[in-house]
Amino acid sequence: MQALVIVAHGSHLNPDSSTPTYDHADAIRATGAFDEVREAFWKEEPSFREVLRTVESEEVYVVPLFISEGYFTEQVIPREMRLEGWEVSDWDSEDGVSATFATYRANDVEKTIHYCGPAGTHEVMSDVIVRRAESVTGDPDVGEGFGLAIIGHGTERNENSAKAIHYHTDRIRGMDRFDEVEAVFMDEEPEVDEVTEFFSAPEIVVVPLFVADGFHTQEDIPEDLGLTDDFREGYPVPGEVDGHRIWYAGAVGTESLMADVILERAAEAGAEIGDARERIGERSAPSVAGE
Amino acid sequence: MNDAQVGALVEAAEEGVEVDGLRVTRVDEGYRFETPETIHRGLSESALRSVAEESPWFVSNWHYWTHVVEGPERARYDFLRWVEGADDHDVPKRYEALSSGVTREWGQLSITATLADDGLRRYDLRHGADRDVSEEDLETYVDPLDARGIATYDDDGRYRPLSTAPTLRTGWVYPDLDGRALVETVEFLYPATVENWHRERRGELDVTHFRETAERQTGIYSIVEGLTVEELEAAAEACCVDSQCLKRRMWDEDEETPLRVPRGEEAFPCREPCSLFVTAARKFVTLGREETRSYEFELTPTEKEQVEAIVDAVADGRVGEIREADLNDGANRYRARYLRALRGGEHGLSDTPTYPEDHD
Repeated sequence: MQALVIVAHGSHLNPDSSTPTYDHADAIRATGAFDEVREAFWKEEPSFREVLRTVESEEVYVVPLFISEGYFTEQVIPREMRLEGWEVSDWDSEDGVSATFATYRANDVEKTIHYCGPAGTHEVMSDVIVRRAESVTGDPDVGEGFGLAIIGHGTERNENSAKAIHYHTDRIRGMDRFDEVEAVFMDEEPEVDEVTEFFSAPEIVVVPLFVADGFHTQEDIPEDLGLTDDFREGYPVPGEVDGHRIWYAGAVGTESLMADVILERAAEAGAEIGDARERIGERSAPSVAGE
Repeated sequence: MNDAQVGALVEAAEEGVEVDGLRVTRVDEGYRFETPETIHRGLSESALRSVAEESPWFVSNWHYWTHVVEGPERARYDFLRWVEGADDHDVPKRYEALSSGVTREWGQLSITATLADDGLRRYDLRHGADRDVSEEDLETYVDPLDARGIATYDDDGRYRPLSTAPTLRTGWVYPDLDGRALVETVEFLYPATVENWHRERRGELDVTHFRETAERQTGIYSIVEGLTVEELEAAAEACCVDSQCLKRRMWDEDEETPLRVPRGEEAFPCREPCSLFVTAARKFVTLGREETRSYEFELTPTEKEQVEAIVDAVADGRVGEIREADLNDGANRYRARYLRALRGGEHGLSDTPTYPEDHD
């Protein structure tokens, strides 16, 4: 038997924070690839601390639904899950975006735990960002005449946070699909509120590299972008700012293709997933969005 | 009981069967079939089938626990047996009770086990407050995954960050769960409670006390180590009593130092301070770092009691119950507004600055 455990931050205050985790878990459950699929959270239940005892499987694949390597994936999750012998170096990721997986015993259960790198730094995540651009514009060929801005939180406390954003920015730039691709940040330069200065393309798709929609993606960012003066009044998609049309996508983690990234992480760690990725792909074909 | 169950029993007899008073074995001279009421020896296979058919309850009961629930190693085996009182009543008594339904409370949940065809069980799961409400008057659910949605908001539509807070919403029912789905649903409503209860029953509950939990914290939570024992007692009294969380607290300050705060009454244990408690503890530590000061207020005796009544009403979650026109309740909204209008000022109560040095 094999289990998939998706671990995410969750919130004591905002019930929507865990919604993408549940959605992706449900999509993966529906493929039948795992005998058990569980969600676990830092701020909700089941906690990281107790989730491993709630699965019966001997082989457990743990995939963090986090954007970057750093405090949570390197310290909090392995500590709370009691992964015996965990060292950051086991992930062999010197550049902060290359963690794959490492295998442990947890010291409160008789199970083998394959601890995977975060979903956010997987290369397939670049495709999810592009898919998000397709979803929000309703155009599966979106690219020409468009700029793509990827928003990261950015923080001086964790340099890996920005590395994940730059990694995907570089990869998507390399696809030669959008006229321009730029990284912008909430808490460091270059900043979100200057986004139109970095693009000459008339249309800009803005995708926040966040797991869940919440305070930042629904309140701060739409205001910082200049899409609205007051988030409570909502914001238009697309909206006009400084002569550009801005297509604001909301958190990338809510995109249904994220389930594919989670599956891929587990598969790389040795999980048998059969044709689950194809089935997720069919399920998460781009929807025609726009308002 | 059906033919497949009898077939499975004959097969299992080779290894020996023993569940709830039913014993079936194979020895050289044939099969031996025993219940508390009867013993048959030297049976041929077809004779074994015949006597098995005469004890359908014992056979279906054996089949349920070994083949459907899949045996005693699992938490759900213990839990489902607890639900129907399997360790307290023999098979005939239990089957008679199950025919009309056996009900157990698990936190705010009410679980009723009844017999389905061939000795299988079906379980009705609902809020205990809805125990006597007819199924048609409740929202009906089938999929255990939906329980996550039930657990998200309370009856007033407020988000519930703590699953075992005694605020589970009412008005829903899972009328027909099998054993596996029942446990799954309960675990979505009250995560890890079945597993930790199971460990406790086996004497294997791993308790992590407050000091050990605090030492483990990093980042902004590392300061919770600074909580004094007096503050820890107050924090447990604030957060960990039955009125706030239904888990039975098994952790203390450390292994040698029990807290005075009552542990709680429920079946399922709390094996470690939870993330909400750690977050609260962090706030309490920062509060405790402040020095006290003396302030001078002019209040009437009744106004002093009114301030105390307001604190009590908020702390006890009673604010919503206070009637609009009940001016005798110190925490009545008009009374509170009157106090603020009369005694409040630019600098708060009695117009006394919180930081007088900023106003000299």
